[in-house]
Amino acid sequence: MSVWKNLFATRWGIIGVGLVIGVLAALLQKWGNPGNMGICVACFERDIAGGLGLHRAAVVQYVRPEIIGFVLGAFLSAYLFKEFRPRAGSAPIVRFVLGAIAMIGALVFLGCPWRALLRLAGGDGNALFGLLGLVTGVWIGTLFFKQGYNLGRTQVTYSSVGWILPLLMVGLLLLRLIFPPLPESAQNSILFYSLKGPGAMYAPVMVSLAVGLLIGLICQRSRFCTMGAFRDLILFGQAHLFSGVLALLAAAWVTNLIVGQFHPGFANQPVAHTMEIWNFGGMVVAGLAFALAGGCPGRQLFLAGEGDGDAAVFVLGMIVGAGVAHNSKLASSPQGIGQYGIIAVILGLLACLAIGYTMRIK
Amino acid sequence: MGTTIDTRGLSCPQPVLLTLQAIKKLNKGQIMVLVDTDTSKENVIRAATSQGWQLTEMQKEGIEYQLTLTRD
Repeated sequence: MSVWKNLFATRWGIIGVGLVIGVLAALLQKWGNPGNMGICVACFERDIAGGLGLHRAAVVQYVRPEIIGFVLGAFLSAYLFKEFRPRAGSAPIVRFVLGAIAMIGALVFLGCPWRALLRLAGGDGNALFGLLGLVTGVWIGTLFFKQGYNLGRTQVTYSSVGWILPLLMVGLLLLRLIFPPLPESAQNSILFYSLKGPGAMYAPVMVSLAVGLLIGLICQRSRFCTMGAFRDLILFGQAHLFSGVLALLAAAWVTNLIVGQFHPGFANQPVAHTMEIWNFGGMVVAGLAFALAGGCPGRQLFLAGEGDGDAAVFVLGMIVGAGVAHNSKLASSPQGIGQYGIIAVILGLLACLAIGYTMRIK
Repeated sequence: MGTTIDTRGLSCPQPVLLTLQAIKKLNKGQIMVLVDTDTSKENVIRAATSQGWQLTEMQKEGIEYQLTLTRD
């Protein structure tokens, strides 16, 4: 066990994890997931929100087993390697709000940092603006860190606190299995299922779940984080996590080339729009929110799996944020930004700046 | 005696940030860092060794680690 424990913390460990994610993400698309969306934590949590009916955007409703697998894989890994640490109480309300804002920003761009990398690996040039926005948002976050921004300490708590999000995910999995999609029907007695659009594109449920579990496991071990990659590079000049992100990008690109999924260009990219200012702006907001909350959306799922109740609150904030984003026309579509997308980006940015500015230890 | 930093309960990137601040301030000597997750332990050791410091002692107490970092 100790060999495995140490291996993942090395440079080659994190590179290996990035390679595995990159290959599997591209293959998930091949196996049925939407274009350049083999994995997208934000989009998939949004689809879950839709599957539960928290929003009624008919094209993005599906309880995604990948997200369930991420949490449960990390949960199993944490127990297996004796790293399950039930903890909570570091400004949960702030983390909820940051989660919601992060989701709203990500849905203006149409993707989380994971998908920004996968979009680029599929040839979508618009992703460059999103990634630039992500780096800018994280950079603003590092300015706050240098000035003493800190959400305070967590408290050690009951094991059952750390079990709550994993158990919610078990519940979602059971719902997905007991109430599968019915032919030509957008709703069974519990869940919503898209009949067209990205929500209707998915790999076989057990394949999605297995890949999710594997990624959850290796990411819990390696601490893989797409936001941390840029943060550590900017704040400390440290490229450890960044090497994992580059590996993901390279592996997804090569896999896309091999399976014929690389289509370079800007127009008509899958589930993407070309309004570059807002591709950039949306991800500035998301990147800043992820930085202030201490992890990218994937990392928040893995942390929640190893018992971090505050990360779990962030995840729930993202799911609620997705509901708001689609119900209130903040989210973009391939046609461009939503009716209130611009004001959402501005307000989200102001809220994040206020959080960063007022929550500093002087 | 060196400086002691208590990073227990703090999330990323605070443990590394506090350690690097102490390293910058002291330049050499001994720093004791208290951490309560394996992630923080790995991150602090990685950051300190990249600055030419060495992990000279690591004590485990329950779920916590006490890391001793030194530079002559």
